[in-house]
Amino acid sequence: MAEIFVLAEHRQGALRDITFEMLTKAREIAEKTNANLTAVLLGKNVKEHAKTLAEYAKNVLLIEDSRLENFNSDVYHKVLSHLIRQRKPVLTIIGHTSYGVELAPRLAAALNIPLATDCIDFDFEGERFTVTRQIYGGKVNAKVVLRKSESYMVTLRQAAFQAKKPPMPLNGQIEEIQPPLIEEVTAKRFLEYVPPPPGGVDITAASVLVGIGRGVKDQSNIPIVEELAKSLGGVLACSRPVVDKGWLPNDRQVGTSGKIVKPKLYIALGISGAFQHVLGMKNSDLIIAVNKDPKAPIFSFSDYGIVEDLFKIVPALKNKINELKAQKVT
Amino acid sequence: MDIIVCVKHVPETAEAELKIDATGKGIEKTGLVFDINEWDDYALEEAVRIKEKFGGTVTAITVGPEDSDNTLRKCLARGADKAIRVTDSKFAGSDAYATAKILYSVIRNMHFDLILTGAQAGDDGSAVVGPVLAEFLGVPHATMVKKIVLDGDKAIVNRELEGGFEERLEVKLPALFTVQTGINEPRYVSIMGIRKAMQKEIKVMRLADIGLSENDVGETGSWLVIEKLYLPPVEKQTEFLKGSPDEIAAKVIEILKSRGLI
Ligand SMILES: Cc1cc2nc3c(=O)[nH]c(=O)nc-3n(C[C@H](O)[C@H](O)[C@H](O)COP(=O)(O)OP(=O)(O)OC[C@H]3O[C@@H](n4cnc5c(N)ncnc54)[C@H](O)[C@@H]3O)c2cc1C
Repeated sequence: MAEIFVLAEHRQGALRDITFEMLTKAREIAEKTNANLTAVLLGKNVKEHAKTLAEYAKNVLLIEDSRLENFNSDVYHKVLSHLIRQRKPVLTIIGHTSYGVELAPRLAAALNIPLATDCIDFDFEGERFTVTRQIYGGKVNAKVVLRKSESYMVTLRQAAFQAKKPPMPLNGQIEEIQPPLIEEVTAKRFLEYVPPPPGGVDITAASVLVGIGRGVKDQSNIPIVEELAKSLGGVLACSRPVVDKGWLPNDRQVGTSGKIVKPKLYIALGISGAFQHVLGMKNSDLIIAVNKDPKAPIFSFSDYGIVEDLFKIVPALKNKINELKAQKVT
Repeated sequence: MDIIVCVKHVPETAEAELKIDATGKGIEKTGLVFDINEWDDYALEEAVRIKEKFGGTVTAITVGPEDSDNTLRKCLARGADKAIRVTDSKFAGSDAYATAKILYSVIRNMHFDLILTGAQAGDDGSAVVGPVLAEFLGVPHATMVKKIVLDGDKAIVNRELEGGFEERLEVKLPALFTVQTGINEPRYVSIMGIRKAMQKEIKVMRLADIGLSENDVGETGSWLVIEKLYLPPVEKQTEFLKGSPDEIAAKVIEILKSRGLI
């Protein structure tokens, strides 16, 4: 029977959401193609995770070794290439996360297995394996066919699928395997985790966020938007380029490599809506986006959209708020 | 330190309206502004900084059509010493995997201590070229690197993880790193620099010069073939607020009021 591998991802003692998202999608494909769904778990002292995964998969391959304590793509590569050569899964699913990005391309090249990265969907269509990817910063979707092969690999974008528990726990078989690690891996060594520096402003605690993107154009425009944020009783947050340029400190960044926020109100100003940003803010209660470009992806995640220059909207909004405040005083 | 930087000439699409072309497999390129891929810009800057500190050379390489010379000139103006463009009509349809093969076939004959690439390209967003190239060359790699400290025959790098976390790794040289934005602040190029760069030679190589066959490149040499492009379906039905800025602002205020937000 054909087998589908899902590489479980965990960090510092916790399974990551992407693991369950991958398992959910993999279950759908496994049912359709009548394949066996296998979660692959590498680590040290991770038996508890194996039990959790067994609720989601028919098999759990558990490999424990002190060299697998922290993620090192070289060590993962050695173990996984061995496993994939041995069991020849028709499909291996890895998260498009910092770990997947580090591991999958090299693994696929070494095994000569066609790989599609950052997929938002994928499927077997008879003889073909196809995937959907987003290109040009989320403005265009591409349906892509992978070169015909006995085995395929994908990395799945985070939050592309909602994780769902199987209707009944699958009670998967946990199979413990000896690590096929003969020699030490020395070219690359994990040293330590570096937590984010303790920040001044906690944007995750704010109920109103005004998020600014590259559309604010220049650091000298920050006070204009900051005033708006203040008048709404909120704080400024931002997309990544604003931090990269040093206009705001990195504790203000919303997104996968920043903070996940869920304020009552998120106003996105001059933000295109790249998925890494959207993932950080799409669960806000109310989202209002201002962008000059009517096709900006951010609009497909907002409740209200305004196609206009932010420098026209921001002053108009501030005026109205000031009027309102003046009325209240009198 | 001999450093190779792999760069890509890509269209700027954040503010542009994209149209799918007649083949249904590409976008219409006319009217789009092309520039160095954002991530590569940081990679190049990092390479030049390392060279300024430790000496050595920086070579910029691109796989792309003739227009890519503009990106290579920018690299030269910023401090790269040499530039190579690998161009062939047979490359059309090459994905990231085929591109990595092409780069490999050029780089395997060169000396390097370090290869830097962008963490991904802004057009196809693959994040594949760097690590696959490292696999072909048999050198260690690290992706999404936000800090590089060189220490003899090794480098200590910070890799970006999710949620503002990073991890520190020790990697033996020669190595390949893919660079994440924000690692540095890319310098502006002076007019003088650009003028000087116009005079520098860009070495052009073709399929016949790199020892690959036609089947290694283009669609046949690729993992992925685009079947069709289409505009993404809308996830959430956005209500567009229309009118003058004043009218729009008034509508926003009403919405905020009705939700008890002001
Ligand atoms: C591994 C990785 C992690 C990442 N993590 C994050 C993350 O955590 N957070 C994040 O945000 N990004 C992240 N990114 C980057 C992300 O892919 C995008 O590059 C980024 O979100 C784009 O930011 P932006 O929307 O501000 O800029 P752009 O994409 O350049 O968009 C600017 C927008 O402003 C609009 N605009 C311009 N001028 C005006 C005006 N006057 N009025 C109105 N609109 C205007 C334009 O139409 C455009 O839509 C990550 C990328 C990678 C590879």
